Amino acid sequence: MSQNKLICQDVWKLYGRGASRLFRDHAGAPSLDSILSAGLTPAVRAANLEIRVGEIFVIMGLSGSGKSTLVRCMSRLIEPTHGALLFEGRDLRSMSSREMISLRRHKLGMVFQHFALLPHLSVMQNVAFPLAVQGMDRQQREQRAADVIKLVGLDGREQYLPAQLSGGQQQRVGIARSLAVEPELWFLDEPFSALDPLIRREMQDEFLRLQASLQKTIVFITHDFDEAIRLADRIAIMKDGAIIQVATPEELVKRPADDYVREFTRYIPREKVTTIASIMSAVADAEGTSGASLPGVAVNTNGLFVDASSKVADVARAIIESEQPVPVLNDRQQLVGHVHRQQVLDLLIEGLPE
Amino acid sequence: MIHGRLDAGLYRWLWLCLLLITLVLSNTSRSMARALDARWLIKYPGAWRVDMKSGISRFMQWLIDDASLGPVAFSQLTRGIAWIIEQPYQLVLGFLSSGLVTGQGSNAVQHLPPVSWLAVIVAVAVLGHYARNLWLALLVGVAFSYLAVFGQWDSAMVTLASIIIAVPFGVIVGLLLGIGMYRHAWFDRLLSPLLDLMQTIPVFAYLVPILVLFGFGPVSALIATIIYAMPPMVRVTALSLRGVDPETRELGIMTGCTSHQLLWRVLIPVARPGLMVGVNQVIMLSLNMVIIASMIGAGGLGYDVLTSLRQLKIGLGIETGVAIVVLAVALDRLSQALSERSDAVLIGRGGRSLWRQYPRLTLVLLTLVCGWLLGYGIPALRDYPPQWQVSTGLFWEELVRTINVNYFDELEVIKTHILTLFMLPIKRFLLGIPWPWGLLMITLLALRFAGWRLALMSLLLSVFILVNGLWEDAMTTLYLCGVSVIIACLLGIPLGIFAALNKPLGRAVSVFIDTLQTLPSFVYLIPVVMLFRVGDFTAMIAVVLYALAPAVRYAMYGVQRVEPQLIEAGIVSGCNAWQLLMRIRLPLASPQILLGINQTIMLALSMLVITALVGTRDLGQEVYVALTKADTGRGIVAGLSVAFIAIIADRMISASARRAQRRYSLGGDSSR
Repeated sequence: MSQNKLICQDVWKLYGRGASRLFRDHAGAPSLDSILSAGLTPAVRAANLEIRVGEIFVIMGLSGSGKSTLVRCMSRLIEPTHGALLFEGRDLRSMSSREMISLRRHKLGMVFQHFALLPHLSVMQNVAFPLAVQGMDRQQREQRAADVIKLVGLDGREQYLPAQLSGGQQQRVGIARSLAVEPELWFLDEPFSALDPLIRREMQDEFLRLQASLQKTIVFITHDFDEAIRLADRIAIMKDGAIIQVATPEELVKRPADDYVREFTRYIPREKVTTIASIMSAVADAEGTSGASLPGVAVNTNGLFVDASSKVADVARAIIESEQPVPVLNDRQQLVGHVHRQQVLDLLIEGLPE
Repeated sequence: MIHGRLDAGLYRWLWLCLLLITLVLSNTSRSMARALDARWLIKYPGAWRVDMKSGISRFMQWLIDDASLGPVAFSQLTRGIAWIIEQPYQLVLGFLSSGLVTGQGSNAVQHLPPVSWLAVIVAVAVLGHYARNLWLALLVGVAFSYLAVFGQWDSAMVTLASIIIAVPFGVIVGLLLGIGMYRHAWFDRLLSPLLDLMQTIPVFAYLVPILVLFGFGPVSALIATIIYAMPPMVRVTALSLRGVDPETRELGIMTGCTSHQLLWRVLIPVARPGLMVGVNQVIMLSLNMVIIASMIGAGGLGYDVLTSLRQLKIGLGIETGVAIVVLAVALDRLSQALSERSDAVLIGRGGRSLWRQYPRLTLVLLTLVCGWLLGYGIPALRDYPPQWQVSTGLFWEELVRTINVNYFDELEVIKTHILTLFMLPIKRFLLGIPWPWGLLMITLLALRFAGWRLALMSLLLSVFILVNGLWEDAMTTLYLCGVSVIIACLLGIPLGIFAALNKPLGRAVSVFIDTLQTLPSFVYLIPVVMLFRVGDFTAMIAVVLYALAPAVRYAMYGVQRVEPQLIEAGIVSGCNAWQLLMRIRLPLASPQILLGINQTIMLALSMLVITALVGTRDLGQEVYVALTKADTGRGIVAGLSVAFIAIIADRMISASARRAQRRYSLGGDSSR
C-alpha cells in the first residue's frame, strides 16, 4: 500500500448535454476548444492528484476555477464525468450507495464555506448530528460531542442555537461536527472565507493547532493564496478547471510553472515560504553525525540553533542579531548546516539566491 | 423580441389602427351583419357547436355507474374515501358541537356532551399564549368569546370542525406531493400544469363533480375544501425544499444520511419556516372554501350567510359575516404566530409536578373536565345561555335602512353614473366585437406580448370557449373583470405608492391589506348587496374590494425595494420629489406593479364567479347554474373557460413583466 490516502486519476467534470459522448469521440481527452464548441462547461479537466497520509493539501484557485467542483468529485457529492478515485486503494466510483454511506459516516468529514449548520438544532445537537445519523445512542453521542466541542473551545455554549453565535463560533461548530466521527480524510471547503480577516487569522492558527494534535489527512480549498501558503504542506493551483502546478509553497515561489502562477507568487514575501534548509550552507559530510561537537565548526556562543524546516521569516531576527553563523538542526536534532546572517539578509533584500 | 427598436414607432401606429378598427367594427357589427345577411358574424351559430358538455356528463355518469378499478367499483372507491374523511370529522364535530352520539334520529344516545364553550375559549387563548404572548391570547380569547356572545357559537364550531379536519389532510397530502415534485423531475412536469389549472379554475367548478361523485353533505364539502386548499402547500413544499442551501444538502450527504434521513432530518426541518407559510395558506384557503362549500352541505357559518343572502336578511347576514371575519383573523394570527415561534431550547425539566412542567396543558385539561362535570349541573356551562346573547341584527338592519332611506338618491346617482358612463360602454364594446375579429385580436395580442407559442395557445383556448357556445358569456366575464380591475388598479396602485413613500401610512395600509386578504371571499358580498342590491354594479364593487389587495401590495413593494443608491443618485442629480417618483421609482417598480395587476386579475376572476350569487350574467352564472342543477359537463366546461381566460391573461402579463424586468436588468426575480 502506498502512503497515499486518496488518488485522483484523470478526473473530469463537464456540465451540459452529451458530455459522455464528447468523451468517446475524443478518445477520453477532449481539448478545451472542443468542449466549449460543444456548448459544455468544463468544471474540472484531467485532474491528477495524490493526497498523502497526514498532509495538508491545499487546492487554490480563483472563483470559477473548478476547485469546489473538484473537491465535490473527490467526495462523490458530484459524480465525475470521467476518471478514477482511489480511496486507500479502493475505487470510490465503483462503490454502491450503501458503501458510500458507510464510508461517509466513518471515514470522511467536511467543513463548508457557509457552515451549513442546522438552524433548528443546538450546538450540541449539531455536533452530535453525524453520530445520530449513524444510530449511536444518545448518551454516547453527547459524550463524544461534548469532547469535540471542548476541543474547539466552545464548551459552555452547548445549548446555544447557531443563530446565537458569531461567524467564527459557527465555523467552530462546523469543524467540531466534522471531527465528531473522527474522519480519516477531512475536506475543508473554503472554511474561513466567510469570516472577517482578523477572525480568519485566528481560525487559521486554531486550525494548525488542531492539526498538530490530530494529524488528519486534509484537503483544504481556498481562493486566498496567503492562506494557502500559511497552511499547506503542498498546494495545487487550478485555473479553468485544470491543475497547473502541484508543489510545496516554497517550490511554487521558486519555480512557478507558468506566468499565471508567477503572477500569484510575485508579491509573496520570499522569507515566508523559504525554509532555512534552502538558504543554509550545508555541512559537507554531516550525514548521521551528531551535532554539537562537530569539528571545524564554531559553535554559536549564544547556544542558538534553528530547525531546518523553519520558515526564514520566523527566525530571521534571531539570526540577524547573531554575530556568528547559526547551526541548523533537522527534526532528529542532527546538525545539517549553518546559516549566516548575510544569507538571510540576501534573501530579504534581493529575493531568492539563484 | 420579434421586432427591433427601429420599427417601434411603426408598431405603435399599427396597434392604434387595430384599436380603431375594433372600435368601428364593434359599433357597426350589428348593422353590418344585417346588411350582409350574415348573422353568424355576431352570434356563433348553434349548429357549429361541439357538444363537450354532455360528453363530460356522460363520462361522469359512467364513472359512477360502471367504472371500476380491478375488482373495486369506482363508486365503492369514492364511498371509501368519504368514509375515511367522515370518521375523524364526526369525532371532532361531536367533540365541538353535537356531542358524541350513537344511533340516529330519535334513537340517538348521547354518550358525552360537547365540550363546554368556556373550555374551548380557554383552550384557544392558552394556545395563543403558547404561540406568542398574552396579547395574542387575549385577541383569540376575545374573538371566540364574540362568537359565543353574539349567538354564532354552534355554526362557528361546525365550521371550525371542518377546518380542523381539512387542514391536516391538506397539509399532509400537499407535503407528500410536494416531496414527490422535489424528488422526481417527471412528477414535477406532470403536476405543475395541473396545479396551475387548479388554482385558476373557479371554486364553484370544483364543487360540481364532487357533488355528483360524493353527494350533498359535509363530507363532499370537506373533500372540495381539501382539494381547493392543497395546491399552495404542494408548491410551497417543493419550493422550500429546493430553496434549502445546497451546502446543507451536501452536509446531509457527507454525514452519511440515507435519502430518508436526508429528507426528514435535514431538508424538512431546515425548510420548516417556508412550510409553515404553506400551512397558514392551507388554513386560510380552507376557511374560504368551507364557507363557499356550504352550497354543497358544509353547514356552519357559510350556510348562515348563504341563507341570509338569499332571503336578504340584512342583520343576520352582517352578523354572520362579522363572525367569519373574527374567526378568520383569530385563526390567521394564531397560525402565523405558531409558525414564527422560535423553538426555544428546552433544558431538562424532569422531576417536577405536571402543573409546573406543562402549566398550559394542565389548565386546558382542567377547564375541559370541569366544564364537562359541572355541565351536568349547570347547563349554562355546556351551552352558552341564549338569554346572555346579544344580537346586533336589528342595529344593522336599522343602519342599512337609514342609509337606504336617507341616501337612496345619492347612492342611486353614483350607481347610475358609473353604470352608464363607464361600465355599459365597455360592455357594449366588448360584446359588439364580431367573434372572428375577437379571435384574431387575442392571438395578435398574445403574439405581441409573449411570442408565437402563447399566440397559438391563446387561439386554441379561445376556440374552446367559442365552440362551446360560451363566447358571449366570456365577453361579459371579460367586461366585468376588466372594469373591476381598472377600478381596483386606479385605487390600489396610487395607494400603494403613497404607502411606500410614507412610513406611518405604509404601516396602516399593511395592516388593512393583511386583514382584507384573510377574509373569505363570500364576506365581501354582504355589505355591498345591502347597499346596492343585485346586479353588475354590486358585483363590480365586491370584486374591486376583494381584488384590491395585490394591486396595493405589489405597488408598495415595488416602490419600496428600489435601490436606495439609485434614489440617492437621483437626489444628487437634482431631482425633486415628483421627478424622483416619475423618473426613477415608478419605472423601476413597473415590473412589480405589472405582477400586482396580474394578481389582481386572478383574484377578480375568482371573485367574479362568486358574484354569480348576486345575479351577473357571465361564465360565473353558468357555473353556478350548473352547480344548482348538478350538471357536471356544463359546470366543468364553463369552469375551464374561466380558467382559460385567467391563463391567457396571466401568461401575457407575466411575459411583459419579465420583459420590463429584463430591460432594467433587475436580475432574475421572476417569482410571483
